[in-house]
Amino acid sequence: MPDAPRFVMVPPMAIRVRLNGVERTFEDGTTVAALLERLGRAPQVAAVERNREVVPRARFAEVALEDGDVLEVVQLVGGG
Amino acid sequence: MVERDVLKIADREFHSRLIVGTGKYATFELMREALEKSGTEVVTVAVRRVNLEEAGTGKCLLDFVDPKRYLVLPNTAGCYTADEAIRTARLAREALGTPWLKLEVIGDPKTLFPDNEGTLEAARVLLKEGFVVLPYCLDDPILARKLEALGCPAVMPLAAPIGSGLGIRNPHNISIILEQAKVPVIVDAGVGTASDVAVAMELGCHGVLVNTGIAAAKEPARMAEAMKLGVQAGRAAFLAGRMPRRRYASASSPIEGLIE
Repeated sequence: MPDAPRFVMVPPMAIRVRLNGVERTFEDGTTVAALLERLGRAPQVAAVERNREVVPRARFAEVALEDGDVLEVVQLVGGG
Repeated sequence: MVERDVLKIADREFHSRLIVGTGKYATFELMREALEKSGTEVVTVAVRRVNLEEAGTGKCLLDFVDPKRYLVLPNTAGCYTADEAIRTARLAREALGTPWLKLEVIGDPKTLFPDNEGTLEAARVLLKEGFVVLPYCLDDPILARKLEALGCPAVMPLAAPIGSGLGIRNPHNISIILEQAKVPVIVDAGVGTASDVAVAMELGCHGVLVNTGIAAAKEPARMAEAMKLGVQAGRAAFLAGRMPRRRYASASSPIEGLIE
């Protein structure tokens, strides 16, 4: 009998990003949508820049953060 | 006779000539009430980093400013370089789905006067990207002309420093800008009360943007209404054409037929 396939638990890789000027660690594979959820922000009220390029809202769910990313997450506030 | 007097900027027409900012209100509710009383159709907002330390509080600005009711005009306030302003503008466009932008490139934190070179550079790039760029600028006729030549569909010279409430400091420059401009001239910044707004409109300005003048009033909603009336009064006076100024008296009552 062949051995049963073995599943080895590998701890998820961590990636480091710079988020709004602060170093943060996330699990590898974290998407922009997941990031916003973590921040408690609805995707329709936020805009995201990744490495100086705007991430279109329609792609929040598919764009995954990568190690070394520089991210800006902004929202609208009162102003003149 | 019903006169059709609309403010046309780019491809949009507005019936109100008052643009209102959303900064500095004590509460969102007070802001909403002031916006309603002002009769405005265009409100400005700013773009800022979300606070990483606090999860969303549930209340957000757009819950109180309905983009279906108002044209929400994002600004690039606080940006000190063309690059910052351009990136902020792109984020704002994604957040709001509108290419309309109030461009600010600030040159100095104490006066908040704009940086001319930065403003021109950012306007050039953003106009090419399809933004409807309404630039905050000095009351400088040469600069206003350059911004118009780049393709800005309006220019927004300041009355006085942002938040100063000093009113129009240089009506002569504003008049020169008005004389030469073929796009609407919206006075932005520095108006403190209804008479300031009326002065701008009497000069022939096509609109006025007010934030602190309303938000910092003791009763913002009441001041918002006063600003609306100031705009209307000033506009009507401009259209009516004021009498010439003269140095000496000219009797209003007949000078003949007096009893002896």
